[in-house]
Amino acid sequence: MRRAVPLAITFLTGLFLVVSFFIPHRPFGELEQRLLVWFAIVAGFTMLLGVDNLIRSHARKITRTSEGWGHSVVLLVGLVATVVVGVIGRVQFGSPFHLQSPFMFIYSYTIVPLQATMFALLAFFIASASYRAFRARNWVATLLLVSAVIVMLGRIPIGAAMSEFFPWMQEWIMTVPQLAAKRGIQIGAALGAVSMSLRIILGIERSYLS
Amino acid sequence: MGSFGMIIGTWLAGFLTFAILSFLYKDNPFYKLAEHLYVGVSAGYWLIYVAFFDVEPMLVRGFLDETGIEKWILLVPAALGVIMLSRWFPKTAWLSRWPIAFTVGVGAGLGITANIQGYVVPQIQATLLPITGLNMDSLDSLILVVGVVTTILYFYFSKPHKGILGGAAKVGIVFIMISFGASFGYTLMARLSLLIGRLYFILSDLLHII
Amino acid sequence: MDERPRRSFWEIMNDIDRRIIFVILFVVVAIPLVLKVGGTIPPTAPVEGAHEAVESLEAGDYLMVSIDFDATSAPELMPMLRSVLRQAFAKDVKVIMLGHIAIGLPLGHMALEQVAAEYDAEYGVDYVDLGYRPGYIAVMIAMGREIEDIFRTDYQGTSIREMPITADVHSYADIDLLFGFEHGAVIDYWVRYAQARFDQRMAFGTTAVMAPDAYPYLQSGQIEGLVGGLKGAAEYETLIGQPGLGTRGMPAQEWGHLLVIGFIVLGNLGYFFTRGKQRKPAA
Repeated sequence: MRRAVPLAITFLTGLFLVVSFFIPHRPFGELEQRLLVWFAIVAGFTMLLGVDNLIRSHARKITRTSEGWGHSVVLLVGLVATVVVGVIGRVQFGSPFHLQSPFMFIYSYTIVPLQATMFALLAFFIASASYRAFRARNWVATLLLVSAVIVMLGRIPIGAAMSEFFPWMQEWIMTVPQLAAKRGIQIGAALGAVSMSLRIILGIERSYLS
Repeated sequence: MGSFGMIIGTWLAGFLTFAILSFLYKDNPFYKLAEHLYVGVSAGYWLIYVAFFDVEPMLVRGFLDETGIEKWILLVPAALGVIMLSRWFPKTAWLSRWPIAFTVGVGAGLGITANIQGYVVPQIQATLLPITGLNMDSLDSLILVVGVVTTILYFYFSKPHKGILGGAAKVGIVFIMISFGASFGYTLMARLSLLIGRLYFILSDLLHII
Repeated sequence: MDERPRRSFWEIMNDIDRRIIFVILFVVVAIPLVLKVGGTIPPTAPVEGAHEAVESLEAGDYLMVSIDFDATSAPELMPMLRSVLRQAFAKDVKVIMLGHIAIGLPLGHMALEQVAAEYDAEYGVDYVDLGYRPGYIAVMIAMGREIEDIFRTDYQGTSIREMPITADVHSYADIDLLFGFEHGAVIDYWVRYAQARFDQRMAFGTTAVMAPDAYPYLQSGQIEGLVGGLKGAAEYETLIGQPGLGTRGMPAQEWGHLLVIGFIVLGNLGYFFTRGKQRKPAA
């Protein structure tokens, strides 16, 4: 029950979807559509999996008043407040993300600045890394460095003002050598994904059951 | 939201923006506070989304709208979703393998055909371009083929990189480094853009300087 | 402090405190924003391809817009989203919005409402926001057969069959162009699962991070256009003749690039001039 049933489920659904790709007619097509809708429904529930852990671990921190418990209070209050205003938005405006909904207030003034600023920090770190670690230590590193600098110059007006070479060269790098390498890597990755899918369907790869 | 709400919201967003930026100096309580708030609010956001973009429209609404078999068959994905949450309790956690097996099976089944039809075949087709004579386009086409093939060979680790394979892998590394350099340059551009976005918020929405 | 040996110019240049670098970056990027310098950005072929794809639509045609990004990439993608929506509404093209990155969906909704108001477009008639459903690959493929199976209702719970805009929309066969705004792997899913299987016409706006990965799709003809990063957004604004935040941000972008190139050069000069000294103790 604990292993055989899930392996059978994976085998049957995987195999069926391959078959229905080639034979999209009745009854395969209809059944495929049903499985896809079910997948969408079930996929939503997977998003909930981490939330219980989050709530539990922070609730524990608060009850034991262990270090940083105040932050855990902020976290849980933020969570509950978001859910409450989400429900209010749904009841009052038909959807939490109707423009007038209080849920959109939390979204616009907490989630957006927090998310955006966290990623803006990366600008500082990548600038610092460029200065500290981007060194022409050997020919391979030099190639990488030269390519990066040409691309960066080719994408700004002053690069074009300095010489038509930069925008032309950046476009050539993007459409010929960089494209070739990306394609090579991606073809390898796609074939890898296909073989992994086959291993999963055939039950050779079982790590998802652990 | 009235204009008063917008002012409060903008200042809240401003405070959170600076709280995150303060991390550049060093880790501090304001950053910790903002970070925990972000995790809490995001988790709340997910709960709202699962409720109002999955459970309500796909299950509840479906159950109310449909009749006959179409109505009752929705109990299958509903059950799979609920079983997924059995992971919350150690004793029943093993049951969650069933819905996980279902989602993995669907992903694997769809992945096989999609990667071949959607990537491997069209990308190989687009690599094999005609050589039309002694011109730049033909040269580019040739470079493209060499680049794709040698990149794939570079990642072929089943044989030691000696002889012809070693030579090909050396050519491959040239393409890969140019590509990584280009990606680095583009990543830098993206990070800078995010910083610009945040600075625009600070200078325009918050301080009204611009 | 006094006991430390005197350091040469290049040793100092090779070891600037990162906080100084942070401050310089902050100031250098802020100055052009305050000075409001710069002009329009001439378009390149990948962006023209995307613009032409939307331009090829006629009044009453359907454009599906997919919001596959969130606030972490909004400064790049929001300007291009607004431009594409402006171009579509100006041509009386019907816009159907949906999204695969749940946490970014409200951003798309806000842009849609803002631009729709500029063109007096009516919700449910000229545009609609379907919202989000989990499980993107399943959503993409299922929409190839019947959109209503996945999106029974719009984001507010109104049946899609009750709204004029979606009353007769069933699958990709009814969608003339899909324009996705991408900051991650969803673009790969769109192309591999929906374009390949249903032959759906597609164009994309992506972050600069994702743009290099999308070039193979452009060359293979699987997608018709590619708007990459803030520069792409600025180019698109040039094409529709309405400069916005993309154009506005480009001078800051330019100064930022030059500064970072300067950092790279400085770091390398410091490295070369101090290389001998660093090796000595080991020798």
